[in-house]
Amino acid sequence: MSHPKAATEFLKDQANSQWHDETLWMIRDKRDASSKSIPEWEELRNLASEIKDNVLSNLDKYLEQFEAQALKNGIKIHWAKDAKEHNEIVLSILQEKDCEAIVKSKSILTEECHLNPYLEKHGIEVVDTDLGERIVQFLHQPPSHIVMPAIHLKKRDISALFHEKLQTEKGNEDPTYLTNAARLHLREKFLGSKVAITGVNFGVAETGEFVVCTNEGNADMGVHLADAHIACMGIEKIIPRRKDLGVFLRLLARSATGQPITNYNSHFRSPAKGKEIHLVLVDNGRTRQLAREKFKNSLKCIRCGACMNTCPIYRRSGGFSYGSTVPGPIGSILSPGLDMKKYSTLPFASTLCGSCSDVCPVKINIHEQLYEWRQEITKHHGAVGKGLSMKLASGIFKSPLAYQFSGSLMRKVIKSLPKSVIYNPLNIWGKSRDLPKAPKESFQDWYKRNRHE
Amino acid sequence: MSSREEILNSIRGIQKENKALPDIPNFQQEGDLVELFKSAIEANKGEILSKKEFENWIASTNFQRIISCSEPFHTYATQELPDDAHQLDHLELAILEVQFGVAENGAMWLDDSQLPHRALPFITEHLVLILSKENLVSNMHQAYDRIGRDHSGFGLFIAGPSKTADIEQSLVIGAHGAKSLRVVLF
Repeated sequence: MSHPKAATEFLKDQANSQWHDETLWMIRDKRDASSKSIPEWEELRNLASEIKDNVLSNLDKYLEQFEAQALKNGIKIHWAKDAKEHNEIVLSILQEKDCEAIVKSKSILTEECHLNPYLEKHGIEVVDTDLGERIVQFLHQPPSHIVMPAIHLKKRDISALFHEKLQTEKGNEDPTYLTNAARLHLREKFLGSKVAITGVNFGVAETGEFVVCTNEGNADMGVHLADAHIACMGIEKIIPRRKDLGVFLRLLARSATGQPITNYNSHFRSPAKGKEIHLVLVDNGRTRQLAREKFKNSLKCIRCGACMNTCPIYRRSGGFSYGSTVPGPIGSILSPGLDMKKYSTLPFASTLCGSCSDVCPVKINIHEQLYEWRQEITKHHGAVGKGLSMKLASGIFKSPLAYQFSGSLMRKVIKSLPKSVIYNPLNIWGKSRDLPKAPKESFQDWYKRNRHE
Repeated sequence: MSSREEILNSIRGIQKENKALPDIPNFQQEGDLVELFKSAIEANKGEILSKKEFENWIASTNFQRIISCSEPFHTYATQELPDDAHQLDHLELAILEVQFGVAENGAMWLDDSQLPHRALPFITEHLVLILSKENLVSNMHQAYDRIGRDHSGFGLFIAGPSKTADIEQSLVIGAHGAKSLRVVLF
């Protein structure tokens, strides 16, 4: 489904979509307050961006260094060129361990690879342990936001869901009560799993260690109780030095939710005695993106979600409207690299206001890349949507006479247009919008009157 | 060709302009480290206690299952460490020492030398961490300077109790891990 069609679905529930918009804006506000408490914030963004530039220009060397160190530390390394190979590797480890049920903490990469349905098809029970992810998993939905997977749901939905799945009291919507029910349910899963899967936030080439950040502690509950830990990592998650973590951990949580750091930041270097750590390094289109000069910077992303929270389109259309694993502005520049035809409407789901680039902690030029993707897509698939009005506008802007005439016409029409024309259900544009006050005269007239030579 | 070679070769085949790795300047946090640390912990929904306040608090609880990995607090322990971390499931309180704390965000560093079981600070219902005021650093850059080249199989920054806001953005303390975090700062 195209983005505009899917967004229309989301907007049908006006109260819910307004709540979504306001809540994400509140998180953007928290990010602002938090970043402004750090005098060197902009310097940190520059550093993070430069470190990632260096990574992208030496990715092969850092990957080899990372692998050598990790092997020395007793970590087993696997390489997967695509989603299929990634899933096969994970399955083969599970089969080797005779493991039929696993716990998994949040990993956008495993979503991207569609690991859950693959493992389930092979008879393995997968339990997502992040609360938001468990909620959407119960509903057979993907996450709608990379940091807040269930942000599209209201507590009444979750209350009804938990009543059905976890036998909570009917109608009890108290978040503390519902969270506690999930805690008890997941505790059993943690205690019973022989293998735990996590994502990776950062892999350090210098030491071969990798870092996983959570607030709930679910990644650690899983891996420290299991015999084997499988960590799935996109090859772009490499950073050169341990001390670079200082820069990225200062930026990540502040950008994501406004908190100064996530409550748990675990550094895995070697397995505990008698246990195993497997690390799967995944390409799945990343080297192809690296080869695209205009778009390779998208690989600097640290998955904080700040660009989603600030985006006027994301906030008003919801994560599902994008139909891609990573939604929002960053998803709209990553996804066309994976499948340009399937995701052809995404780069158009933007006002190009540039707010995404302004908040990005690694300074990806997101809005410029959105514009560049539009050029690519138009070249390959022809003009998309909004055709007639654009042609009309183009005609008006080309002719000075038409421009002057249409201006004076609009100033009169806006004043006398009855409200029922704009705010009527047939005119989608009128939804949540107000017309500006029409100025009495054009700028040209004003300039003539006020010009003093 | 293995996938490893295929991936590395395709990266090698891309023409790339070399971008230098920047030095990280010595950023400093302004203000009193103890005060900054206290307000950071409170903002993270943790609590700061003096030794006296800790004694009063623990006397007010009725915990039956306590493990202490801090020598000065060993008198509070009711049990020894089990061999298997799964047996920690009903643990009510763990008391652990940390190496140092970070003033800017309240994060505290522990590694395998403080953690006889890596699961301990997560699986316990309540967590008390012991930190000396002398062991505060200003920010994350100093934190990694301090860790330096230390080699541990596992290292961890803890900055607060387990929390979530996944249900309508309402903050709930105690998602999967410890339901409370108290720091005895002396």
